[in-house]
Amino acid sequence: MLYREAGEFKTSYQADLATFPIRFDLWGFWSVIAVAALVVPFFVNDYWEQAIFLPFFIYALAALGLNILTGYCGQLSLGTGGFMAVGAYASYKLMTSFPGLDMISIVLISGAITAAVGVFFGLPSLRIKGFYLAVATLAAQFFLIWMFNKWGWFYNYSATGMIAAPERTMFGFAITGPYSKPAVTYLFCFAFLFVFAWVARNLVRGRIGRSWMAIRDMDIAAEIIGVNPLMSKLSAFAVSSFYIGMAGALYFALWKGAAEGTEAFPIELSFRVLFMIIIGGLGSILGSLIGAAFIVLLPVVFKVLFVEYWGWPTDIATHVQVILLGALIIGFLIAEPHGIAALWRTAKEKLRLWPFPH
Amino acid sequence: MGFLTDAFFYEVLVAGLLAGVMYSLVALGFVLIFKASGVFNFAQGVLALFAALSLVGFMSGQLPFAHVINWLLGTQWHHWYAPPGVEGEVPPFWFVLFCIALTTVLMIALAWVVVRVVLRPLVNQEGIILFMATIGLAFVLEGVGDLMWGANVKKLDIGLPAGPSDMIIDATGMFVEKIEISAAVVAIILVIALMLFSQYTKMGRALRAVADDHQAALSVGIKLETIWWVVWSVAGIVALVAGIMWGAKSGVQFSLSLIALKALPVLILGGFTSIPGAIIGGLIIGAGEKLFDFYIGVPFLGGATENWFAYVLALGFLVFRPQGLFGEKIIERV
Repeated sequence: MLYREAGEFKTSYQADLATFPIRFDLWGFWSVIAVAALVVPFFVNDYWEQAIFLPFFIYALAALGLNILTGYCGQLSLGTGGFMAVGAYASYKLMTSFPGLDMISIVLISGAITAAVGVFFGLPSLRIKGFYLAVATLAAQFFLIWMFNKWGWFYNYSATGMIAAPERTMFGFAITGPYSKPAVTYLFCFAFLFVFAWVARNLVRGRIGRSWMAIRDMDIAAEIIGVNPLMSKLSAFAVSSFYIGMAGALYFALWKGAAEGTEAFPIELSFRVLFMIIIGGLGSILGSLIGAAFIVLLPVVFKVLFVEYWGWPTDIATHVQVILLGALIIGFLIAEPHGIAALWRTAKEKLRLWPFPH
Repeated sequence: MGFLTDAFFYEVLVAGLLAGVMYSLVALGFVLIFKASGVFNFAQGVLALFAALSLVGFMSGQLPFAHVINWLLGTQWHHWYAPPGVEGEVPPFWFVLFCIALTTVLMIALAWVVVRVVLRPLVNQEGIILFMATIGLAFVLEGVGDLMWGANVKKLDIGLPAGPSDMIIDATGMFVEKIEISAAVVAIILVIALMLFSQYTKMGRALRAVADDHQAALSVGIKLETIWWVVWSVAGIVALVAGIMWGAKSGVQFSLSLIALKALPVLILGGFTSIPGAIIGGLIIGAGEKLFDFYIGVPFLGGATENWFAYVLALGFLVFRPQGLFGEKIIERV
């Protein structure tokens, strides 16, 4: 009986277009944000930070980026891992070359560098599409990782070929390095996700987002009605790579702390992010977040529930998890191509009329 | 052109061409499925892995899902029959043939399941959706294969000639593995068989009709689902051949499924709809990446350029000739 919109009248066009048109949703949203920003940091410990919250925030940021490109603009990319590596190595070079630079600028500049690289690899998208483009992005994935592994300049000629994040502080708190507190890294990543999810939401419903969707739905028709395919596709690549680059920088600097090209950014990483947006919902901001949460939580649930609680052998649990993931992908593509986000929307529609649907 | 007289040039070239044959074998399966059902089958590599795993499993008499069964029932079963022949040696020829036949049956059954469960509900969807569904299928098959036969690296020995060929060493001084020559021979036989099948049998004619125009084929009474089943079965058998060759060369292991990714640039070069294109594309990629690595990669770029050369070559091709060398020109209508 809580979820009601009776008595809520919209008096302006703006109110009608609000992201949360129903007051109950709006309050729900802000209370979740308040709990996440003001309560959780006091309770978060190392395990929760490393296993759940940081992966969730960072993958959600990457999924937002990929969703802009694949879900909104319809250009399939399998190079997410490579672009995350660009962000990671860019942040490493920035952190070691400019010790005075603060962490926020480093993450933002890393994103910008990745955006430039993304635009470069997005150029073929003007001539090719579909899985042809997917192969082109595979070239990005393999070439970039190879480059980061082979060219010593990128890892400062360290003997192991690894990159490790030096310590950076902000307002006196260590953000990166071994002495960073869980609450600090948590808040830092949370702030990035919150701000850029908000930016993404407003981008996709604005002029530029509508041009992406026009290209996705039918590129030739979009061109005829006056959407510039060059600008739309390249801007989608730029924005998407910007998000993925930031995710890569956070992935390396705050979450992992150290990384090695082939190991940290394999092609599986690209697939993982792709799965997040398929399961969560193609072309949905909320879907990117839900998908990221789902893929991050799935192995944790398997480990805690199946292996530790029900005593499944670890290897069987791992294989079952892989099968389940694949089956879910197929299942969602068949039954609900718009993912969990669409299920959520349907549930809300039903809830508005419940218990008298007629 | 000093390098043409270089003995290394020919050795690297031949090694590359033979490696290219292996890529072609995987690419062939892609082309078959793409022509008949418009599905870009990402799972082709995993299909090859699954076929090879099953063949090894049947040949060693391993009990499928032994690990799961033992865990559920608390038993200690591992084998359901002892393979004939002396242990540690190549099993008798009739037994190898029997196991290959058994695996073929399994692949045909698998094709039926895939068509019923994955393809039929997704009919009329966009190509990109079907592509993503086959990525899901690849994960399912990988998990099932591991659960069924175990995840460890396996040795596959069906009595193919191994070691370097003495005859070629004596004649030219080049070092060529026998197994790669057999792979080339098998690939040639396979292509001829596929050509004959599609040109001279009724089913082959139906396949070509479906590849040409789905709706027209439906209207003259060709059952689409049967065609798909046949195509996926043929692709499964091609995957089995590829799996045998790769498995005999470098053991049956997960990396086998990664060659599927290498087959993608092969397809772009050769065109998605051309069987000879798949072969020639494979040869170009195989030879190209070996030569590039030998003459440019190792001396100037730090080596291991094989990882990306094929993709970057394909990328260049895409920009200038998107339909590939032999593909049909892509015409779009609104």
